[in-house]
Amino acid sequence: MTTYTSVTDSDRNEMLRAIGVESIEDLFADIPAALRLNRPLALDDGLAEQEVFEELRALAARNVSTDDELSFVGAGMYDHYIPALVDSIILRSEFLTPYTPYQPEISQGGLQAMFEYQTAISELTALPVSNASVYEGPSAVAAAGYVAKLTNGRRRFVVSRAVHPHSREALGTLAHAWGMELAEAPLVDGVTDLPALDQDVSAVVVQQPNFLGAVEDLAALAEPARQAGALTICACDPLPLALLRPPGECGVDIAVGEGQTLGNRLDFGGPSFGFFAATEALMRQMPGRIAGETRDLDGKRGFVLTLQTREQHIRREKATSNICTAQALNALAGVIYLSWLGRRGIVELAELMLQRTAYARQRVSEIPGVRLHNEQPVVREFALRLDAPVDRVIARCREEGLNPGYALARDYPELKDGLLVAITERRTRADIDRLADVLANAVAGERQPAEACA
Amino acid sequence: MRVIGAADDELTIFERSSPGRRAFVAPALDVPERPLDALLPETLRRNQPPRLPEVSEPEIVRHFNRLSKRNFDLDTGFYPLGSCTMKHNPKVHERIAALPGHSKLHPLQDPRYAQGALELMWRLQEALSEIAGLPHVSLQPSAGSHGELAGVLLTRAFHEDRGERRTKVLTPDTAHGTNPATVTMAGYELVKVGTDARGNIDLDDLRDKASDDVACLMLTNPSTLGLFEPGIEEIERIVHGTGATLYYDGANLNAIMGISRPGDMGFDIVHFNLHKTFTQPHGGGGPGAGPVAVSERIEPYLPRPQVVKRPPGAGNGASGPFYDLDYDRPKSIGRLRGFQGNYGVFVRSYAYIRSLGAAGLHEASQVAVLNANYLLARLRREGVAEYLPAAYDRLCMHEFVLSGAPMKSELQIRTLDLAKRLLDHGVHPPTVYFPLIVEEALLVEPTETETKETLDHFADIVAGVLREAREDPEIARHAPYTTPVRRLDEAAAARHPVVRQPL
Repeated sequence: MTTYTSVTDSDRNEMLRAIGVESIEDLFADIPAALRLNRPLALDDGLAEQEVFEELRALAARNVSTDDELSFVGAGMYDHYIPALVDSIILRSEFLTPYTPYQPEISQGGLQAMFEYQTAISELTALPVSNASVYEGPSAVAAAGYVAKLTNGRRRFVVSRAVHPHSREALGTLAHAWGMELAEAPLVDGVTDLPALDQDVSAVVVQQPNFLGAVEDLAALAEPARQAGALTICACDPLPLALLRPPGECGVDIAVGEGQTLGNRLDFGGPSFGFFAATEALMRQMPGRIAGETRDLDGKRGFVLTLQTREQHIRREKATSNICTAQALNALAGVIYLSWLGRRGIVELAELMLQRTAYARQRVSEIPGVRLHNEQPVVREFALRLDAPVDRVIARCREEGLNPGYALARDYPELKDGLLVAITERRTRADIDRLADVLANAVAGERQPAEACA
Repeated sequence: MRVIGAADDELTIFERSSPGRRAFVAPALDVPERPLDALLPETLRRNQPPRLPEVSEPEIVRHFNRLSKRNFDLDTGFYPLGSCTMKHNPKVHERIAALPGHSKLHPLQDPRYAQGALELMWRLQEALSEIAGLPHVSLQPSAGSHGELAGVLLTRAFHEDRGERRTKVLTPDTAHGTNPATVTMAGYELVKVGTDARGNIDLDDLRDKASDDVACLMLTNPSTLGLFEPGIEEIERIVHGTGATLYYDGANLNAIMGISRPGDMGFDIVHFNLHKTFTQPHGGGGPGAGPVAVSERIEPYLPRPQVVKRPPGAGNGASGPFYDLDYDRPKSIGRLRGFQGNYGVFVRSYAYIRSLGAAGLHEASQVAVLNANYLLARLRREGVAEYLPAAYDRLCMHEFVLSGAPMKSELQIRTLDLAKRLLDHGVHPPTVYFPLIVEEALLVEPTETETKETLDHFADIVAGVLREAREDPEIARHAPYTTPVRRLDEAAAARHPVVRQPL
């Protein structure tokens, strides 16, 4: 077995003597006898480091990663290239192994990185206040809902059907506990069709681009919310924001989102980070850590965790959130990645995705038996309808080492013929051409099952 | 853009920006280019790009490397931050987590093509179940506080399913701030339970407050005072006697792995802090993970989806067992987040459990408690107790609380001053001013991965700072002196918040 302790027999004896007890067991005297386990835990014996590595390598080998197949699956997390400098920096012990910067004098590195991260998120969203991160995308939507509840105490969220299904469900989980309800805004031609809003609406929740890939007219959605005295919450994909009119310029009050695409691994769903940005008016209702600039005794610039009277460790039951540990390391990867992209690079990357996505959408829509779900503008993802059973089409594609997208049926029963296709900078024209060929064959095969079997 | 008064080392990445510099180069545009207007109407586009920094790769690397040197970290020095369990983070975990089969696995991969990941999650669930002494586990919550939220929502679902509307949740006055914050966030009213003279939960107060409208007692055991509740059996009887659930905050599980199990104590719901007990690099404030373990009666309400092991065959075409995601959970509280949880964290914690095994986890807890008691004894021997007595004069578990009240009255230095002076000695201070019920509190958690020599050294440092303060308290009052910055004006930061860089 591996151990990371270092107590020798002589250490132990000396330590017990210093404490004034006979044995280690004596230290546990407060535990009632009936509650002692008195047997070893039923776990496998510990292993040497190399054995652990081999065992977990074998498990990894039973997964099909985005290196193992040509994948067009997105739906909330995307297969982007992560530059080498991200790993090189975040693996430094000084970033990897400290905890929350409770002692700012010895945590300036992490605090300044948070401040820089907040600035970058504020720029992307065009909202003045960003926190230092929340857990991830869908829980960030729920956290934004809580800010709306604290702000206006109204009893209903109006949520677009094109908000990520996980976000809608995460918000619903909490809204139930708050005695609030979710009403759904339906879709017309792939974008949100907001119903009339009354005075019970706490917030309107939308997503940009939406779950089906379509770009929403955010300003047109935020305006009626504002008129009804409700907040507008927008979940955004950060990279398309390089091109899209940012939420802060559209009247959105809170912009949240999944940060995985900013330099973080897929990791089968986490850890990534959630970002959370809001208007000045909501600053003191925000959840989580916020780094702020200040001065030290000598007048030197420094950074601290600020506005802590919002937080659980100070305000306890009156806190604006219960969040403590968030995703600092993942947010650090995010700001490193955004610095690497830079002001021009982020636009170039988004434009590349835009062009390749347009090309892919055009190519696959020409396939007999494949049509677009909608004609709305898209940036990196689009929805298709197949004139063939989607699961079987996907299975056929997978035989060719290609995963053509995400089947929409699980989340949208009305779209059981739906397939959501995502494009990143890792998918080249050759990859897209291959997608078109493989998908065409698969759809053709499934449209003529008798022939295919023969 | 340069800032007056900032040395080159302290510039932000935005201040290093110069128009025209770049690191990223986009892959070639290999598809026919279409006019932007045709793809994205101007009304939907932004007018100017986000003002991200314009910097070269060498500058980015140098910037963040320099920043890193302004951090203190666990790999460099002792970090006895109470309640945070800053134990060593094994290096092999990073190597394993980076394997493409783990790190490049899409969360919506069909379970048939993610059998390794789902089996790892299932095995971790089984291990946590055994450690907690409770039969069912959900890995989904993202951190301890998220696990707490899950736990209280599970309690709500349990009572509602029985047609009961309970409105209050009890927590001891020693609880972590996340407990009361969670209670409010989950839609309950908080009721605080007092602590008795020995540092245990006040059983009479508990009896008074345990009524039919109480949904749950959230308890940390060992408590945040580092003390095991000797009356836990009676607590269980009182709480369950009212029909409430008993919730275990797993922040301090590191004291009792393989020694005693929350499930055996009668707890219905337990959350784990994988980043504490099962060693995750703390990352400067995350990521972590906060799985929950529950009893049979709570199981129907666990979050969706649940990782399950299905028998061979069973329509899935597998020859062996098939690991799957089960969405068909009609009584579930629903999702708390996207996808399946912080898988990368699960990989590391599972590697840790496989490395140590039953005997190693047991030993880790034993040594954690040995180290804490030894450090407490060693501080006493150095005469520290005169100024920094243990808040409760008894054996501790994996951490202990000192009170700086005598130090404040006799040496005129506060716990904050002591903490700041410790910074000059190259150690991270303990948690300060928590738990709230101890005046000028210091919460010290050395963890099992520290050597006796490190503990001795820390005791010497604390004794030295007190000796120095006896001579001249001003030194501590203005400490630190050797850190990248000196004491920072937190009040000014809160009064006039500057939370982003003006550009």
